Amino acid sequence: MKPAPFVHHSPRTLDEAVAMLGDVGHDGKVLAGGQSLIPVLNMRLAQPAHLVDINRVAGLDTVTVSDDVVRVGATVRHASLEKNTEAYAVLPLLRQALRNVAHPAIRNRGTTVGSIAHADAAGEMPSIAVLTGAVIEVVGPAGRREVAAADFFEGPLMTVLEADELVEAVRFGRFAEGTRTAFLESARRHGDYALAGVGVAVDVEGQGGDAVVRGARAAYVSVTDVPVVVDLTEAVAGQPFSSAWDGVEDLVQAGIAPEADIHASSEYRRALAAELTRRALTTALSEVAS
Amino acid sequence: MTTRQFGSPVLRKEDPRLVTGNGRYLDDLGHDAWEAAFVRSPHAHARITDIDVDGAVEVEGVIAVYTHEDLDGPAGDRLPLLIPHPSIEAGRTGYALAKDEVNHVGEAIVMVVARDRYIAEDAAQRIVVSYDHLPPVVGIEKSRDGAELVHDDAPGNVAAHLLQEVGNVEAAMAKAPRTLTLDLEIERSACMPMEGKGVLAQWDSDEQRMRIHSSTQTSTGVRAAVAAKLQLPLAQVECIAPDVGGGFGVKIMHPWPEEVLVPWAARRLNHDVKWTEDRREHFTSSAHERGQLQQVTVGFDDDGRLLALDVKFWHDNGAYLPYGVIVPIITATQLLGPYKPQNYRVEFWSLYTNTVLVTPYRGAGRPQGCFAMERTMDAIAAELGIDRTEVRSRNFIQPEEMPYDQGLLFQDGRPLKYDSGDFPASLAKLKALVGWDDFTVYKEEAEAQGRKVGLGIGCYVEGTGVGPYEGGHVHVETSGRVNVATGLTTQGQGHQTILAQIVADELGVSIDDVHVTTGDTRRMPYAVGTFASRGAVMSGNAVALAARAVRAKALRIAADALEVAEEDLQIEDGTISVKGAPHASIALSTVAVMSNPLRYAFDESAKAATQFAGAFDPDKPPVADDDEPGLEGKDFYSPTQATFANGMHAAIVETDPITAEIKILRYCVIHDCGTVVNPMIVEGQVHGGVAQGVGGALYERMEYDETGQLLNASFMDFLIPYASEVPHIETDHLETPSPLNPLGVKGAGEAGTIPVSAVIASAIEDAEGFPIRSMPISPNELWDLRRHQAANPRSTNPRSSTTQESA
Repeated sequence: MKPAPFVHHSPRTLDEAVAMLGDVGHDGKVLAGGQSLIPVLNMRLAQPAHLVDINRVAGLDTVTVSDDVVRVGATVRHASLEKNTEAYAVLPLLRQALRNVAHPAIRNRGTTVGSIAHADAAGEMPSIAVLTGAVIEVVGPAGRREVAAADFFEGPLMTVLEADELVEAVRFGRFAEGTRTAFLESARRHGDYALAGVGVAVDVEGQGGDAVVRGARAAYVSVTDVPVVVDLTEAVAGQPFSSAWDGVEDLVQAGIAPEADIHASSEYRRALAAELTRRALTTALSEVAS
Repeated sequence: MTTRQFGSPVLRKEDPRLVTGNGRYLDDLGHDAWEAAFVRSPHAHARITDIDVDGAVEVEGVIAVYTHEDLDGPAGDRLPLLIPHPSIEAGRTGYALAKDEVNHVGEAIVMVVARDRYIAEDAAQRIVVSYDHLPPVVGIEKSRDGAELVHDDAPGNVAAHLLQEVGNVEAAMAKAPRTLTLDLEIERSACMPMEGKGVLAQWDSDEQRMRIHSSTQTSTGVRAAVAAKLQLPLAQVECIAPDVGGGFGVKIMHPWPEEVLVPWAARRLNHDVKWTEDRREHFTSSAHERGQLQQVTVGFDDDGRLLALDVKFWHDNGAYLPYGVIVPIITATQLLGPYKPQNYRVEFWSLYTNTVLVTPYRGAGRPQGCFAMERTMDAIAAELGIDRTEVRSRNFIQPEEMPYDQGLLFQDGRPLKYDSGDFPASLAKLKALVGWDDFTVYKEEAEAQGRKVGLGIGCYVEGTGVGPYEGGHVHVETSGRVNVATGLTTQGQGHQTILAQIVADELGVSIDDVHVTTGDTRRMPYAVGTFASRGAVMSGNAVALAARAVRAKALRIAADALEVAEEDLQIEDGTISVKGAPHASIALSTVAVMSNPLRYAFDESAKAATQFAGAFDPDKPPVADDDEPGLEGKDFYSPTQATFANGMHAAIVETDPITAEIKILRYCVIHDCGTVVNPMIVEGQVHGGVAQGVGGALYERMEYDETGQLLNASFMDFLIPYASEVPHIETDHLETPSPLNPLGVKGAGEAGTIPVSAVIASAIEDAEGFPIRSMPISPNELWDLRRHQAANPRSTNPRSSTTQESA
């Protein structure tokens, strides 16, 4: 388990990084946190001739909160975003989801943007990107372009990124005032890739006893090829907070297409996704309810 | 006053070094060694038609590329069948490098030696092996049907077949008022030590001498095997086990192909050569265990008393049989646990499959046997509507029946005769610890809240400390430092501590002065190895006996010097003094000086031992005819049979009514390993064992597909429980000393692992209300069982046949 030979490039500016990536093209890979790439190299499942290591590129390690978005740079570690109180205050879903990303040691090293660019269907953060209506900031030899998260993912481990492009940052959209969120997943072991996971954003109008559910949307982990948003509004609108949310079943089942693997069957993942959705709705509303 | 160390929770002497990163594991050694990598078979069963190494030879930094053709002499012969047994009908072993045929994915075919491992892997990748595919035999059912063969000359894929019977099962079964038949299944798992295997070989061509470091559980075994394979005089081969990062059984197997090949290449190349196993290699090229299908038929009376027990099982031994039939023999014999079956018949078939070897893994066949027996006990209880502990109680061997001979031959070929144990007392302690009698109320309360909880139990007996022997060597230096050596190896058990505790007490010295060496053939060339929970029993007693010899000699010399009788002397804190007259004393270090008459005074203490230092009897030689110089002693402990530890576990689990997720709420252990040397270390052993048992019960399985590919050969997909999956473990001890050895100890190493699958199955069964007959179990599988049960309310489950009542 030693990687095949590669040339390690360590650019200091984004322009340098883009130029190097342009030079090596299909023979190159961007290295950020390395939590997916390095094991793949060690097992020789991929043998790129060049690694463009962006860890020393200036200016990519910042989290910026503005009125509409939380902007996360390409080398921001999961742990750093998870602990960012400003980001949590305006978009709690980030922390709610990040707590489920592997283990602390992996979150200390792995990057949120990297996990989105990697586009693993079992990754938490691609789903959060679509649920928040995120915008992916892409940079390449031809300049910058922006891609909506909904258009970014093409399949498992496949995105619209060209070989000579990298993601500079992701802008997660903030929800409207009154939106309640929760993230739940079930894994075989604590921190493993989930058998199924769900993030929900529930639109609540009013305060205290007068509060009513107006709508809800959910995005899933491990039960869809590419992250999608399932609109649960027709099943939840007007329901009491104490609802068992049984009405969401059909919508969830129509929105997901889980595949079987050695850890769980497709049927079990379906049942799990539906149950997690019901529990996530209850969790999201528990604060309002109390 | 010297504090007694034996029985105290002494902190581990090895920990400051190990936990500060100062351990020296195999890969920490041999920085200048060339490194090996292997081309391994990607196919489960194939004939090799061609090996093209040209591409590898061209790689810059490659030193040598070897195939089977290059192996000269015994190195090219088949690897040994280590433990022959009369039941073996077709004992097949592999070669160090595959010859003509491969029989499992991961079998080594080509060895590449290069300047470093990176280059070796680059080169290995360029080697092209051509194959003719043969039909793979994967899984016990496919092997058992015998339509396709793993080895052409092993008909029916049967490696071994053994039947043992005590009493008359057929007659007793026919008369039994009730019978039940259970079909059971246990999946494959594996040891998975954090450090894989590894070998460093250093050939000294001037001295014609081979030094091997191996991450092994038996350095004497590796030494002897390499000497034989390389045709070297034993005296010219030494083997040292450095710090070993876990073994759990897989490293008692030897010689691994690499343990032959690395020394062979080092001599051929006249250069240090090293190989460090990586995790993928460990999954497909080391060994697994556990996989069995079982059928139990039991006859019993209306009170739940066993009248006859008839067990058949089919054991998957993988592609080869180098370690013989130790695992199935242990299953067959240790299945009986603390019970008296009256009439018992057990028959097993050990079967070849095109999968990696099966050799002992912590528990070594006992978890399977315990599972069979304990599922049977629960089935009887369910059948009769009697409390599960009551059924067990009625079948216990009673303490006054000890020693109790089960009438079978154990894995060492000696009688399965329990030496000690108090099963009713253990059960009483367990019931109190877990709150057995209060559980019904708790369960009703939980059910009222929509929760599903269940209580499970499992009992076992473990034959520990099997022979043939271990040795101890104790040497007191003139500084007062005490060197202790034993030949068995250590993999983190705390041997440095417990052996020092024993010697400190025996000699009357501070534990800080006692320094223990294990697994170094230079220090103790006669040894067997670390397996079968034998470290404390075998080496503990051996070093105690050696220390007693040293003590006797020290007292003899001191008695002479102090002009008193030996029996009037005592040793405390390293000083020998006259009982009741402490001013009349002599330091043990001084006795060490006196024990070795010297010509040369190289330091102040040596001066006291030289020929002109004091009065002597000119008619006597400086060293008496029947004596030896030095204050040292050596002795061996060799028992007539194993000593039998036992334990009982109980667990409370909760299963999610919708997702079927399984959570262990409580886990309780009563453990009897005889006299406890160090309760902290024993608890640690129990905790680690339970953790591995939880892995086997809920997480770990080897997912072979039908072509023999292992689909989960990484820690991402082979699920070892993390700390977050292991419950808090509540323990209590019962000490019934073994009458068989001087210290009264019984083994503790494997105990925690043995009953866990049985206990968790029992608890899930209690929570769910339908039988659990196959382990491990995942949430998905439990969810499937529920659906099957809802559709077929009277059946057991789809992965086993039915429970039947007859007569």
